[in-house]
Amino acid sequence: MIGDYTYSEFFSILAMQGFAGLILFSVFVLMALGLAIIFGQMGVINMAHGEFMILGAYVTYLCSNFVSSYAPALFPIYFFVAMVLAFMASFALGLLVEWAMIRHLYKRPLDTLLATWGLSLVLQQLYRSVFGAREVGVTLPDWLMGSVALTDIVEVPINGLFVMGLTLAITVAVYFIMFRSGWGKRVRAVMQNRVMAGAVGIDTRKVDRMTFGLGCGIAGIAGAAFTMIGSTGPTAGQLYIVDTFLVVVFGGAASLLGTIASAFTISQAQSTMEFFMSGSMAKVLTLLSVVIILMLRPQGLFTLKIRQ
Amino acid sequence: MTHPRFRGAGFRTSRRQLMAGIASISILAATGVPALAQDKPATADVNTTNLAVTDDTVTVGILHSITGTMAISETGSVQAEKLAIDQINAEGGVLGRKIEYIQEDGASDWPTFAEKAKKLLVQDKVAAVFGCWTSASRKAVLPVFEQYNGMLYYPTFYEGLEESPNVIYTGQEATQQIIAGIDWVAKEKGAKTFYLLGSDYIWPRTSNKIARKHIEKLGLEVVGEEYYPLGHTQFNSVINKIRLKKPDVIYAIVVGGSNVAFYKQLKAAGIDMTKEKPLLLTISVTEDEIRGIGGENIEGAYATMKYFQSLDNENNKDFVSAFKEKWGDDMVIGDVTQAAYLGPWLWKAAVEKAGSFDIDKVREASPGIELDTAPEGYVRIHENHHLWSKTRVGHAKPDGQYEVVYETEDLMEPDPFPEGYQ
Repeated sequence: MIGDYTYSEFFSILAMQGFAGLILFSVFVLMALGLAIIFGQMGVINMAHGEFMILGAYVTYLCSNFVSSYAPALFPIYFFVAMVLAFMASFALGLLVEWAMIRHLYKRPLDTLLATWGLSLVLQQLYRSVFGAREVGVTLPDWLMGSVALTDIVEVPINGLFVMGLTLAITVAVYFIMFRSGWGKRVRAVMQNRVMAGAVGIDTRKVDRMTFGLGCGIAGIAGAAFTMIGSTGPTAGQLYIVDTFLVVVFGGAASLLGTIASAFTISQAQSTMEFFMSGSMAKVLTLLSVVIILMLRPQGLFTLKIRQ
Repeated sequence: MTHPRFRGAGFRTSRRQLMAGIASISILAATGVPALAQDKPATADVNTTNLAVTDDTVTVGILHSITGTMAISETGSVQAEKLAIDQINAEGGVLGRKIEYIQEDGASDWPTFAEKAKKLLVQDKVAAVFGCWTSASRKAVLPVFEQYNGMLYYPTFYEGLEESPNVIYTGQEATQQIIAGIDWVAKEKGAKTFYLLGSDYIWPRTSNKIARKHIEKLGLEVVGEEYYPLGHTQFNSVINKIRLKKPDVIYAIVVGGSNVAFYKQLKAAGIDMTKEKPLLLTISVTEDEIRGIGGENIEGAYATMKYFQSLDNENNKDFVSAFKEKWGDDMVIGDVTQAAYLGPWLWKAAVEKAGSFDIDKVREASPGIELDTAPEGYVRIHENHHLWSKTRVGHAKPDGQYEVVYETEDLMEPDPFPEGYQ
């Protein structure tokens, strides 16, 4: 016996909390990857990240309504189409925002905070005008709503597994784009030394625009995925933004690997603590630990080695 | 009865009297022989405290959030109050005067609520205010209503532990909502163990405190109690705990957007509420929230409220069709929306009983006011300014509506300060 539990129950707890932690980890990575690209690679603090996610969620909502009204036979697979559309919508809006606003602010990174915060308010109001103030319900295909029973007690939700698979796919894709492609090389060159990159013939403007668009597009996919587990309303994006920044800053802003490591640390810590104490207390302790670690290691878990 | 704080405000009183004098002179000038020619009481008789009442109109305030996070919830209340005002006007108004309203936006921000309340009372001199949703906003405006002697009709079910001469509470207080529901699952469903779960602020915590006391009083057991921050979206851990503890009842008081996450994850984790093992009982999910959650995700859950849109009586059929006619066919009506609708009607009845718009007289006339036409059936105002009302248990259907499976036989007496529950 351990505490109130028998050994078999205790190991079930560990297994279940491990899965819960992995799902939370995937959610964190999905939320934070887009932000880490924009913040880490470009130095732009994008406070409207949550609203880009919600755009993806609304696209999924529209897609689900459209498919169930006009092509109900395709309903079981509409979600994949919805994710592609969500990416495209957020990507396009990202390009537009970069062109209209962000590109004028590259030399004033703190101003991007204010400008994108304003943008987030504008987008929220826009969603409210178009979709109404109430939350909308996104209907999911049945196969996404079940769970897989491993033992009597341990059941793994399929949508959790789906989010995990999606996160893996996107992470691998981002890795290839950023570290194995010519375009990624250009992005990293621009990030390290904008003037020099321009001097060797890289179109820095284009690189910036595409990077911002990519970050926003990933947010859109995350938003589509979150319709499975969270709410879709004009202000729902705000729920995610604090956690997202927490993950990115804790990981070390410029490092994508750091983002993943930090998402893993925070999610496992929180999930373990949540089991042994109440949810609010676990959250407080997580935040407290992050603050203490950041005091000891202000640059975050991982940093790129660059010449100071 | 003059409210003590109001009596103290000497300067303001004398200014009000002066204003009243000016007002009556101007009415004299405008109409020659004031009011006498008409078969309704003279303004000077029904309004001795210089409220915004003319020979033809009376002005009231509507104070809700139409922006910010609470707009989602409070929009329905605003719609219900406007519908009631329209209907009262169509019947000839209150004491022969048409109701006009000034709407202010509390913007989901408690200081703004207080500021706007003061504006409505001091500058607009409204005869009554219909508004607020969260306890935080009510607590913020309470001192304003007491200082400037206004009357607030508050529609939300809430945690109780409050009673003000300046507020009529048209929703349920905690004991009315909680105790009947727990009695029902204990008796009808044979429930023995409960897992309490809620969002982390005053209403869920107080409600769960009352629930726990009552559960233990019945000799039953609470096997877990837990709170998550507002807006929390990851409930996998608590669902795991629920699975381990195997309670008979999940007693869930999660609010707002968190609800969507909670019910979707509960379903995805393989907890099928239609099998009632465990059974889920909530006091925080109305038909409004189900629109976001999705009917298929909450099918089989039970809710304790005093009102459901599906209530089968003539009053409610009229109310639902009038509401949809005014605000659109795709509207759903939740418990609070109905309670908000009662506000203007109760105020009208009290004013007519008092024969005056004066706040003190309306207050005095309020206890005992009854409404046969309430969509929930019948209500009556108690001495403690809360309503006698029935409590019902609804069973969630996949179409997003509740089917009423139980209602208390008699009206439940409101008890905002239950003994031993504080």
